[in-house]
Amino acid sequence: MLHFVVRRVLWAIPVLVVVSFISFVIIQLPPGDYVTAMVAEMRNNGEFVTAVQEEEIRTALGLNDPLLVQYVRWISAILLHGDFGQSFHWNAPVADLIWGRLGITLILSTLSLVFTWLIAIPVGVYSAQRQYSFLDYLFTVFGFLGKGIPDFLLALVLMWVGFAWLNMDVGGLMSPQYEGQPLSVAKALNVLGHIWIPVVVLATGGAAGLIRVMRANMLDELGKPYVETAYAQGLSERQVVWGYPVRVALNPFISTVGWALPALFSGDVITAVVLNLPTTGPLLLQSLKMQDMYLAGGFILILSVFTVIGTLLSDILLAWSDPRIRYA
Amino acid sequence: MTDFADSPETDGAELYRASARQLIWWRFRKHRLAVVSLVFLVFAYLVAIFAEFIAPYQPGSIEKLQTFVQPQVVRVWHDGGFHAPFVYELKRTRDPETARVRYVEDREKPLPVRFFVRGERYEFWGLWESDLHLFGIEHRKQKLNLLGTDSLGRDLFSRLVYGARVTLSAGLVGVIFAFVLGLFFGSISGYYGGWLDASIQRLMEFIRSIPTIPLWMGLAAALPIEWDPLFVYVLITLILALIGWTHLARVVRGRFLSLREEDYVMAARLAGASEYRIVTKHMLPAMTSYIIAAMTLAVPEMILGETALSFLGLGLRPPVVSWGVLLQDAQNLRSISLAPWLLTPGVAVVCVVLAFNFLGDGLRDAADPYGQ
Repeated sequence: MLHFVVRRVLWAIPVLVVVSFISFVIIQLPPGDYVTAMVAEMRNNGEFVTAVQEEEIRTALGLNDPLLVQYVRWISAILLHGDFGQSFHWNAPVADLIWGRLGITLILSTLSLVFTWLIAIPVGVYSAQRQYSFLDYLFTVFGFLGKGIPDFLLALVLMWVGFAWLNMDVGGLMSPQYEGQPLSVAKALNVLGHIWIPVVVLATGGAAGLIRVMRANMLDELGKPYVETAYAQGLSERQVVWGYPVRVALNPFISTVGWALPALFSGDVITAVVLNLPTTGPLLLQSLKMQDMYLAGGFILILSVFTVIGTLLSDILLAWSDPRIRYA
Repeated sequence: MTDFADSPETDGAELYRASARQLIWWRFRKHRLAVVSLVFLVFAYLVAIFAEFIAPYQPGSIEKLQTFVQPQVVRVWHDGGFHAPFVYELKRTRDPETARVRYVEDREKPLPVRFFVRGERYEFWGLWESDLHLFGIEHRKQKLNLLGTDSLGRDLFSRLVYGARVTLSAGLVGVIFAFVLGLFFGSISGYYGGWLDASIQRLMEFIRSIPTIPLWMGLAAALPIEWDPLFVYVLITLILALIGWTHLARVVRGRFLSLREEDYVMAARLAGASEYRIVTKHMLPAMTSYIIAAMTLAVPEMILGETALSFLGLGLRPPVVSWGVLLQDAQNLRSISLAPWLLTPGVAVVCVVLAFNFLGDGLRDAADPYGQ
């Protein structure tokens, strides 16, 4: 076990290095940079900027150095001082911007993850136990629909339904009048009225896929001799099902729990954009569109690091729960 | 084998004489949903191929006085009797309270829907010019808007049909790119094994460890706006494929690993066949069905990816028409509550994605010789 963990951890290090480099390169890819955009905007406002002045701004910001130099400067600042650089557009430290929006993102994603599992596990088990029953078909249809409907479309439709028929104000995380107000009961209730749409949207997307996986795994397990043995021992159905095959069938949940970590961080970018949530996703989209390179790079880097760590955690968890993987 | 008892072809010896392809087809045919999906997809792709002919109008033709027209209903009952298919003429008025533009049907003036009418000129695939459309109405001012119009008065049905060409082909082209990459790396990895396998495995692990959406967004945002739309389209499909190929490669590798140990491969090797011949003539045919099923299941991923990117404004951009681009119009609550029909491209996406999923499932089950 220790050998496995050490090997996995060592392997993660080069991946992290390459991931950080790639996220920096992606940000450098677009022709033109932030200065081009800034100067264009200044010229639009009627200011006069010469090409020489443009170059000077660029040199001052260190944008003319070779790629590798810029990369080393960027990554060492992050590693040594936790300094992700300055967002040009917001004129604020990137770290503040990201961490500032992280709290709400984490709450939202944790809620939706819990909901996903609360839906997926019992429904998957039930579908397998009562295969080809009416409810099984119903859940199957639901699962396929959830897989086929893009998250953002579901968000749009739910928003529309809430607005047009239920007469609610939707979008955002709270009504405008509560914005910036101190915490109160009314505000909390208002947030609860808003938060269900993103939670439902995120949970449906995830649950649909997991129900299928859970059902398929359970069907595989239910036919095995050990289940029959358990029944023969006189255990009740509930004891048999939840005590043995469910534990084996949960493997895919363990292998995806690591993925939940980056998902927790990114929320769902597209859903968040549609619903106008104050999470990290819309900020990432905006920074990419503005070519605000330090902000976007910081985002992609953090997301990638979380993904790598998440995969590492799931691998270790899987190896811990299933000896077959450990000795493969 | 009781499975085939009810098919007429399978009386007695037929079953034992059937080729592998025939067996797959028989098994596939039993999967109702997959067959329906196949028919639907063939229909969708035919519409996409003949978009210019089927769409009554050009995707970009603007009609200033026909903005936000609601979908028109084609009727067959007029004035107490059956009638050839027709729509009523629309009159543009304003709501006296909200001053919003409304379109009211004029029940006195039916406009017959005609087939094979002459309408706007177009170039079919840039090959020849024509003005023949499958259907339309002959009127100087009125237009036939089966799915309504958008904020510029462009016919949504025509745009949906033209968008199908871009979106549906983007999925296929993306899968083909992914397939070439996946097949190449997967077969090398599975056939040779050793350090080559290990390094390709590491590469795939690495690509999978990068979060998809941010990477897509990052790469797509890097494409300059002023580039030729067609070039951007190719690059977007490449970006989609760049991440999608690892899944196919894993499938191919797994099959190669198990096939490599088969006796008939050993026999071919002993008979002195070259490695190229063994791979292409003996091993690949044994897994074509798996590969086709895996590819079919990969198409919807690509379509969803393209739609999502274009929807965010990072993928294809107007004047290119794709379903994701069309959905950009339905991005905020105001336009959806004003014109819910702008969501129809989303319905189209869902239908196509579901059809591909069902078809892929059916193919996978049919291709599995040990299946039920």
